[in-house]
Amino acid sequence: MSGPVGWIGLAISVALVLVAAVVSAVRRLGLEVSILWSSARALAQLLVVGGLLVLVIDPERPIVLSWVWVAAIVLIAADTVRRRVREVPGAFAVALLAFGIAAPVTLGVVFGCGVFPVEGKTVVPLGGMMVGNSMTATVLVARRIVAEMADKRLEVEARLALGWTARAAALPYLRAAARDALVPQLERTKAMGLVFLPGAMTGLILAGVDPVDAVLVQVVVMYLILASTATTTTVVAWGISHRLFSPDQRLKHLPRLENRR
Amino acid sequence: MLRAVAVHQVVHSPDVSIPGLFEFIDVSVVDSGRQILDGVTARIDDGGITAVVGPSGAGKSTLLRLCNRLEAPSSGTVRYRGSDVSTLDPTGLRRSVGLLGQRPVPFPGTVRDNLHAAAPDAADNILAECLDRVDLLPSFLDRVADELSVGEQQRMCLGRALLTEPETLLMDEPTAALDQKSRSALEQLARALVKDGVPLLWVSHDLAQARRMGDRVLVLVSGRTWGPAPPDALESAPGEFRAFWMGSS
Repeated sequence: MSGPVGWIGLAISVALVLVAAVVSAVRRLGLEVSILWSSARALAQLLVVGGLLVLVIDPERPIVLSWVWVAAIVLIAADTVRRRVREVPGAFAVALLAFGIAAPVTLGVVFGCGVFPVEGKTVVPLGGMMVGNSMTATVLVARRIVAEMADKRLEVEARLALGWTARAAALPYLRAAARDALVPQLERTKAMGLVFLPGAMTGLILAGVDPVDAVLVQVVVMYLILASTATTTTVVAWGISHRLFSPDQRLKHLPRLENRR
Repeated sequence: MLRAVAVHQVVHSPDVSIPGLFEFIDVSVVDSGRQILDGVTARIDDGGITAVVGPSGAGKSTLLRLCNRLEAPSSGTVRYRGSDVSTLDPTGLRRSVGLLGQRPVPFPGTVRDNLHAAAPDAADNILAECLDRVDLLPSFLDRVADELSVGEQQRMCLGRALLTEPETLLMDEPTAALDQKSRSALEQLARALVKDGVPLLWVSHDLAQARRMGDRVLVLVSGRTWGPAPPDALESAPGEFRAFWMGSS
């Protein structure tokens, strides 16, 4: 293997994962299978993706391939949300709508304003970062809303019984869920540069780019991620809560959420 | 269905030219494959207290929730004062047909916050009047709702329901979580509401309370109904319905 990371570097990082799995086994946390499976799966996925990316972001290839790649990411992300909240019918459509709104708007602003040139090597990574970060928050908000509505069913129905609309009755729980889902991203944004140096900036500095230029790129990426996370979280929160009520403003019977890792 | 109608006519002969408070016409509710109500046909006359009595799991709460559309029938029709409830705006219906649940459900915040949930623009003097109506002092307005006793919470919830000025009140075992003193106080409040012209549907699994409170009693066993009938006519109920209280006495 050539490049900045050799076989030894890879082996050391795998050893660290093994240490984490052993710690989990010794402390009986029950996470060892998940740690090993997700690490192996990520490695396999990244190797395949790396190979495909070489083809897609090649400047000789048409840019449409990069946009198809982003569309595929959006589909996979929406399917991931669906699998995490199987209990909610139509979750895929809601998530697809959320990513379908956020991706063109945020990427449109970034590329439309000429912040980055429209090239495969910018479209694919920015789209991936935007959707990837948003997906975590959307899964969180979707699961939290379903859990809250099931847990606080009596409260929600007490509000409905007072003549509140379904939307108004759901709002307090929707707010709490959206806040909880956005907190990690907001905390990360607040701690940016103080606690950790973010990925894009670190990568650029390691690649020899001037730190000031790297910071500017990072700021744009950070705002892109924050905007898309807030947008997708809001749309998914609204869409999922809408699905939990019938057209005649009744709270549907909600199955208990399965614990999926 | 025919049998239910026939029995109903024997025990009670309402003037069918006047719409009932609620009419259930061959109403069935099936939830997750379980038959909760099985072809219920019954007419609840307007005015007074109609007690709905039956064992746990008989479908009493479901029957009540059909009345304000928190539940929808799988088949059949529910009418409120002659109108099919499925044609009525659910939010308007729910403000007209108030509900007090088995356990008090205080919202986060103070008693004032809770009352404002029903009447957002009501001034403190209106809220104080409302509290007076349910035997709570005006000083309760600033108390945290969660910190009240269960009996006080239940009265606050009744006050909250009354703030929407309901024409009818549904009470789903409202004294189940209360001690003897709070139970008597709530029963008195219910009678006062009836005197004010608010008809009540009072669900109970306690036959003695149903006889005490009800001007008429509807018996519900295994998703099927008998009645409504005057409390002293309960002994004429068919065996399958009498078995409920014969077994519990």
